[in-house]
Amino acid sequence: MTALLEVRDLWVSARKDDGSDQPIVKGVSFEVKPSEVVALIGESGSGKTTIALSALAFTKPGLEFTGGEVTLQGTDVLTMPRQEQRKLRGRRVAYLAQSAAATFNPALKIGEQVTESSVLHGILSQEEADRRAESLYRALELPDPERLGRRYPHQVSGGQLQRLMAAMALCGKPNLLVLDEPTTALDVTTQIEVLKAIKEVIREEGSAAIYVTHDLAVVAQIADHIVVLYNGAIQEQGPADQIINRPTHPYTRRLMAAVRPPPAAGEDAETDEPGQQRPPALEAKSISAGYRIASSGKPLALVLRDVNVAVKRGQVVGMIGESGCGKSTLARVFAGLLPAMGGEIALDGQALAPSLKDRSRDELRKVQIIFQMADTALNPRQRVGDIVGRPAQFYLGLKGEAKRKRVAELLQMVELPAAFAYRYPQELSGGQKQRVNLARALAADPDVLLCDEVTSALDTIVGANVIELLKSLRRDLNVSFVFISHDLSTVASFADEIVVLYAGRVVEQGPVNQVLSPPYHPYTRLLITSVPELRVGWLEDSMTTREAAAGIARAVEISAIGCPFSRRCPLSIEGTCDSELPPIRTPSPGHQIACHRSLGEI
Amino acid sequence: MWQLAFRRIAIGFLLVWVVSVLIFAITQILPGDAAEIRLGQDATPESLAALRREMGLDRPAYVQYLVWLERLLSGNLGVSVAGGATITSLIEHRIGNTLFMAGMVSAIAIPISVTIGLLAAMFPGGLIDRIVTAATLGLVAVPDFLVAILLILILSVQLNWLPAVSYLSGTESFWQTLRAMALPIATLVTVVAAQMIRMTRAGVLNVMNSPYIEMAILKGVPRRRIILRHALPNAIGPIVNIIALNLAYLVSGVVVVETIFAYPGLAKLMVDGVQSRDMAVVQACGMIFCTTYIVLILVADIAAILSNPRLRHPK
Repeated sequence: MTALLEVRDLWVSARKDDGSDQPIVKGVSFEVKPSEVVALIGESGSGKTTIALSALAFTKPGLEFTGGEVTLQGTDVLTMPRQEQRKLRGRRVAYLAQSAAATFNPALKIGEQVTESSVLHGILSQEEADRRAESLYRALELPDPERLGRRYPHQVSGGQLQRLMAAMALCGKPNLLVLDEPTTALDVTTQIEVLKAIKEVIREEGSAAIYVTHDLAVVAQIADHIVVLYNGAIQEQGPADQIINRPTHPYTRRLMAAVRPPPAAGEDAETDEPGQQRPPALEAKSISAGYRIASSGKPLALVLRDVNVAVKRGQVVGMIGESGCGKSTLARVFAGLLPAMGGEIALDGQALAPSLKDRSRDELRKVQIIFQMADTALNPRQRVGDIVGRPAQFYLGLKGEAKRKRVAELLQMVELPAAFAYRYPQELSGGQKQRVNLARALAADPDVLLCDEVTSALDTIVGANVIELLKSLRRDLNVSFVFISHDLSTVASFADEIVVLYAGRVVEQGPVNQVLSPPYHPYTRLLITSVPELRVGWLEDSMTTREAAAGIARAVEISAIGCPFSRRCPLSIEGTCDSELPPIRTPSPGHQIACHRSLGEI
Repeated sequence: MWQLAFRRIAIGFLLVWVVSVLIFAITQILPGDAAEIRLGQDATPESLAALRREMGLDRPAYVQYLVWLERLLSGNLGVSVAGGATITSLIEHRIGNTLFMAGMVSAIAIPISVTIGLLAAMFPGGLIDRIVTAATLGLVAVPDFLVAILLILILSVQLNWLPAVSYLSGTESFWQTLRAMALPIATLVTVVAAQMIRMTRAGVLNVMNSPYIEMAILKGVPRRRIILRHALPNAIGPIVNIIALNLAYLVSGVVVVETIFAYPGLAKLMVDGVQSRDMAVVQACGMIFCTTYIVLILVADIAAILSNPRLRHPK
């Protein structure tokens, strides 16, 4: 069978300010056969996106093709005239980007964006394109397909947008799809849905695909052939089954090792001996909070309801749940960024003022927060030394030489060279930026660190390294952590206790090994079974065996009555779950499950 | 969304009122009152007091303010100190001239600027863009009177094509009027267009870095459609704002240009009012200028709100 796309000895370089070229992609060759899915896998900086974009004869600004050929059905796309390249894009090769939210034009209706390409290229008339779009919406299991096209991007959810982008790419019936991390930014439960939809549509349409990702477990579900990249060069390539089950290259093995093991009961929690009757480091007592405060002082959208969480000294409390469950809101309530409407926050047993403004400087010092977006949390006009030194001066009064020494110490703590103090944030990589954020938080010498999705925006290996760092800091500094993540495996590997939030309520909490072993709250079970496993065929198995299949696709809805999960729950009891608050069951001391079903049933 | 727009309009009304208080207060603070000005050197204390009573200047300030406000709203602004014509008729005549000039300038400058700005943004760093950037940067830095004088020097003095003075008696035909106004219009178009071009280019380029533009390129959308359909709707806000600011300048900020060309516009009326210490004229012109400013900015704000689908179609 002849190849659909053949990449031969591809070189791409970045032009540096001094005029010299720095190669980003170094002599890469691979091919894509018709209706085959080829995965490009590697960390960020491995050149995987750059290689994938070469199929569209496109480079990001600042890069240029410096050698090799990319042959699509017999013609080299790199040397084509501009007009021909434009006609190729969207018609023969279509692109799906990582962040659908940023990739949809906010000013145009969805339907226009989905059909634009095929109408412009003259493949379909506007009417035909609209009909095709509608049938794709149906195939991708999107709600309200008849009217979806007339809505604007901000009116649909993130997971829906991601599927809409698949519709956009498929509308012109391309021969080749280029998928750039299409599920990375999604919740596990949404990821399954999108993966399944994409996989089915690719199979039905018979188009080939290049799938770019850093996640091996995802690749295992979708790829026929895998190309492993590191630093712009191919390390290893072969059939999916071979790469996943019998990797030969050491780098591939390292990638496999960095894949978080599927969540399972962790090692026994070592600490937490009885007799430690000190008050928790940080405690939320019946907290309720919401946004969009009306003039009457009451929030219009209540996000958290009656949340009780205690963070013991030196312990890590992991907080999980899909987006929209109120995890970040709780962190903001702890930090005082969002004053709670009801309930109380206690630090060391002492009540804390709900709002930041009313807390003393020492109280502020003790609770520090680290945000998900390492980028936007750092002031681009300040040097790392100033960013880290500022809290040391503000909270601890360090000046001059003492401050400089402290900054060096902190940078060493987060495993960065002391010379980084003189750099600006944009000179650092994503992982390094997050380390600077961590150093900034540690500079205040806090009792509690609130980590809000701190590794979610990072690559597998980089993220795993940051977690290792957090673990060692925890041993050395006796700091308590509130660790928020939608990634169950990361939480399982780091936390002592887990709090499962759903729609602003705690549905289950307790020590890690108890939460992650039966009896489960039905929502916890859904989360656990949604984490992709590193084996071929897992996606199909999970779709057929999943008792909760009906419940996955739904968005998180916040409701005031009944169990918040009742509408997605496979075990829901009509008339009870949707109208009465569930009782709290305690299978063992410290382990709580809020469910109407008895422990035996779940 | 309507709530947002109405709130803006309410703020606009509030601002106009605040401006009226300020203008009244400032003319109160100035040394000498209307009676002194009218009587001039030969005022005796008795005649001053008599005239003050007649003009109501002996009443408390807030009463005077209310009287003034009532007159302002009813359009009865009294008689000018110089000349003796009613202020209302003076302003009516001048405002027509000013609006005509502003209208002509906008009709020429806005389409030209937006087009050139978009052309420059289409190929950033290309030849067109470099020429446009250099030219507009130069023009923004040159003050309006210099442009005016240069144009007079070249087109009137050297080439003798156009009249250097735009004085209108009111009896000219449309073409004569246009000819008379050609130079001030050309001056103003040059000055305003430079800014609008730069802002259009910057506004569109800012959007051109967004992922959705890259997506449009990868969908094979032609360059021109990307600029007009994908980028422009997202850049409307800043562009409309800079247009509004320039329109406001055309009504109120063209004193120098009107003076150079002796064009009988509103701004020149105000300057003359200051020279002859005709406070009533100065106040009225001040009110008109500030109100124009507020109205135009308000319109720009509302246009920006309307161009945002997030506000137009809430979830």
